[in-house]
Amino acid sequence: MEIFDSLVVIFASAIRLGVPLILACIAGLWSERSGVVDIGLEGKMLTGAFAAAVVATFTGSAWAGLLAGVTASVAVSLIHGYASIDQRANQIVSGTAINMVADGMTALIGNAIWSQGGRTPQLPDSALFQPISLPFEAALAPVPILGPIYSHLISHHDLITYFAFAIAPLTYWALYSTRFGLRLRAVGENPAAVDTAGLSVRGLRYGAVMICGVLVGLSGVYLSLAQAAYFQPHMSAGKGFIALAALVFAKWRPWPALATCLLFGFLDALSIRMQGAVIPGLGEVPVQAIQALPYVMTVVLLAGFIGKAIPPKASGVPYVKER
Amino acid sequence: MTDNRGAAPPAIELIGVDKSFGPVHANKNVNLRVERGVIHGIVGENGAGKSTLMSILYGFYEADAGEIRVNGEVVRIRSSREAISHGIGMVHQHFMLVPPLSVLENVMLGAEGGPLLARGAAAVRARLAHLAKEYALEVDPDAIVGDLSVGLQQRVEILKALVRGAEILVLDEPTAVLTPSEADQLFEMLRVLKSQNKTIVFITHKLREIMSLTDRVSVMRRGEMVGTFETAATSPPELADAMVGRKVILKIDKGPAHPGAVVLEARALSVQDDRGVTRLSDVSFTLRAGEILGIAGVAGNGQSELLEALSGIRPLSAGEIWLNGAVLPAWAREPKAMRRHGVGHVPEDRHRVGLIMPFEACESGMLGFHDEKVYGAGVLFDRAAIVADEAAKMEAYDIRPRAPLLRTANFSGGNQQKIVLAREIERNPAVILVGQPTRGVDIGAIEFIHKRIVAMRDAGKAVLLVSVELDEIFALADRIVVLCGGRVTGERRPEETNARDLGLLMAGVAERAA
Repeated sequence: MEIFDSLVVIFASAIRLGVPLILACIAGLWSERSGVVDIGLEGKMLTGAFAAAVVATFTGSAWAGLLAGVTASVAVSLIHGYASIDQRANQIVSGTAINMVADGMTALIGNAIWSQGGRTPQLPDSALFQPISLPFEAALAPVPILGPIYSHLISHHDLITYFAFAIAPLTYWALYSTRFGLRLRAVGENPAAVDTAGLSVRGLRYGAVMICGVLVGLSGVYLSLAQAAYFQPHMSAGKGFIALAALVFAKWRPWPALATCLLFGFLDALSIRMQGAVIPGLGEVPVQAIQALPYVMTVVLLAGFIGKAIPPKASGVPYVKER
Repeated sequence: MTDNRGAAPPAIELIGVDKSFGPVHANKNVNLRVERGVIHGIVGENGAGKSTLMSILYGFYEADAGEIRVNGEVVRIRSSREAISHGIGMVHQHFMLVPPLSVLENVMLGAEGGPLLARGAAAVRARLAHLAKEYALEVDPDAIVGDLSVGLQQRVEILKALVRGAEILVLDEPTAVLTPSEADQLFEMLRVLKSQNKTIVFITHKLREIMSLTDRVSVMRRGEMVGTFETAATSPPELADAMVGRKVILKIDKGPAHPGAVVLEARALSVQDDRGVTRLSDVSFTLRAGEILGIAGVAGNGQSELLEALSGIRPLSAGEIWLNGAVLPAWAREPKAMRRHGVGHVPEDRHRVGLIMPFEACESGMLGFHDEKVYGAGVLFDRAAIVADEAAKMEAYDIRPRAPLLRTANFSGGNQQKIVLAREIERNPAVILVGQPTRGVDIGAIEFIHKRIVAMRDAGKAVLLVSVELDEIFALADRIVVLCGGRVTGERRPEETNARDLGLLMAGVAERAA
């Protein structure tokens, strides 16, 4: 029973750690399926987290914070979109620039206002996204196995978490069952085909980039208004990059993206849980090895050991009408 | 010119269309009249302005001046969408398909019939079934386009246009990517479409196709429309004249060959491609000094691998290469060593292999020979010598413009090919491997290149010519080896064979006892 309990705890923690990955990963999926490579997820996540914390601090409203976080992230996305789509800039350079600017500016502005090394003040519960209890939680609690699973894993999460879990099926449906999805998949593979079909490559890509901004902004909001109760410099801690790794690992498909992010979240939770734990005969568990696993797995995948990860063909390639 | 009252107006009428790209005057006051229900050919050399004209018709570009009439009505076409709405469909030379999507999805793209796909998909599926019956355009709607053969992909392109209700179908160099039998199927398809009163505009630079398929033909030259002919009342020499504006010798003057000693011999060559698929098996032949050996075959039957093997780019999986009576050991079969042995190589794909497009012409003109003394052996190049060397070659090979410092990409296809040819021939190799020397090259340059190849032969060089153009093989080769499926299916002398006989060999029909 003890093992079961700790498993439930680890899984619950995996969900909490997986949520920002899921949102950022699916955000990247939208952008890259349209042909815009987005290495700036990390920077947008930070921007979203910062804007959300600042506005929540001043207004005391989680929803106002969410709106601000998402708006800020979309604005940064549009900068990346303008550089990538209209100016045909190198998308890696643009994304890297966003990461660097976001990392520096959030800390700078935060420090300028509150002088706490870039940290924003602790937010009251009322300005946060609180876990909500689903019906029957109390009634089911005494039931063995099902009770803890229901109350820890299924119930008792905040709204952003439930949204994150809904976004994979929603994305799947949008990509494969809607007109917009068909066009989006096409524009990421062969924009010329979309253009000659009388459609706007630019419009589609801007649409995708904005959806990306909304989702990755939400992952930032989650960091500062749900996982923590403040913004702290560099608080995204490479999640944007892990999300990119997950995107590659999932081969740019929504369901596998969800699964991969949960797996990576689980590894993160495991490494936290194992901190300081001693395995008899082996000594202390090297948690860094577990933390490195997502990257190792992605590299192994890219090296071609587990199938083949083929990105959308036009990903990262600006569209220029041929003469 | 006045229309006959009561007669149907022409499907397309272009009046005074003019288009410039910066200093390049691509279309000069072009007039074109395409009657409804005919197959109308447009021929011209590369760069004559055919594609620009059609891009204007399809809304890719807007003309600087001029008028477009569709079915007698003056229209403005500013986007592909508007062209489609006027019943114009286009089959591009490079297919506008999305390979990972299904046929159905490709056909639907841009004509989905609502924000959700399900209903539109059912309608398009029904429409495809209908078209399959009406025009014999069968294709599995659920197949992934990337898995289809090139011929079927082209069919999908045609279906895309028809599903959108195209009455006028423009095909831009549609046979460039097809095998002969696929081309025949395409022509059959187009005849069926014509019988259903569709109008077809067929762009090509192959006169044979014009003669066999079209009802009327318009000729473009350097951006101008030089004439429209009834196909039945014209002839290939007359059209070629109009295209080039001077007499072109389609049949090259060449004396009999005087073959000397065997220079190159392939013995039971086998070659695998990057994926381990055997592309060439048990291929043997000899090549003598002073002869041109033509390798004929449908593209993709091992010719590329043969060239790569002989030039040392691709390792052999079995077999031997003999040069001047001695077998080449494996270590000597790499590109640089082959060049030192006197084997020159004009690659099939000058864009990918032969040249570096962003380089200056003089830099592209010394690729692979950059360590030679003339260019300043050692650490630093002698830039003046490099430029002077290219300038001299440009003069000798009539490369235009004579600008050694111009980026390679800014030369036309024919002139790019001459840059490669000059580079390889000027080394005076004993053997020269020539792959598709006139692919994407205009008629004037073809003539020049053919003469150079024959001159190489007459100078006692051994020439191996790989070409998918049978006309070229017949015009140049002294001996013909046919490849099919990576095997030699026959050897012929040009005077004792014909296109039909070679066609059978190319199709792999067993060699009949002679």
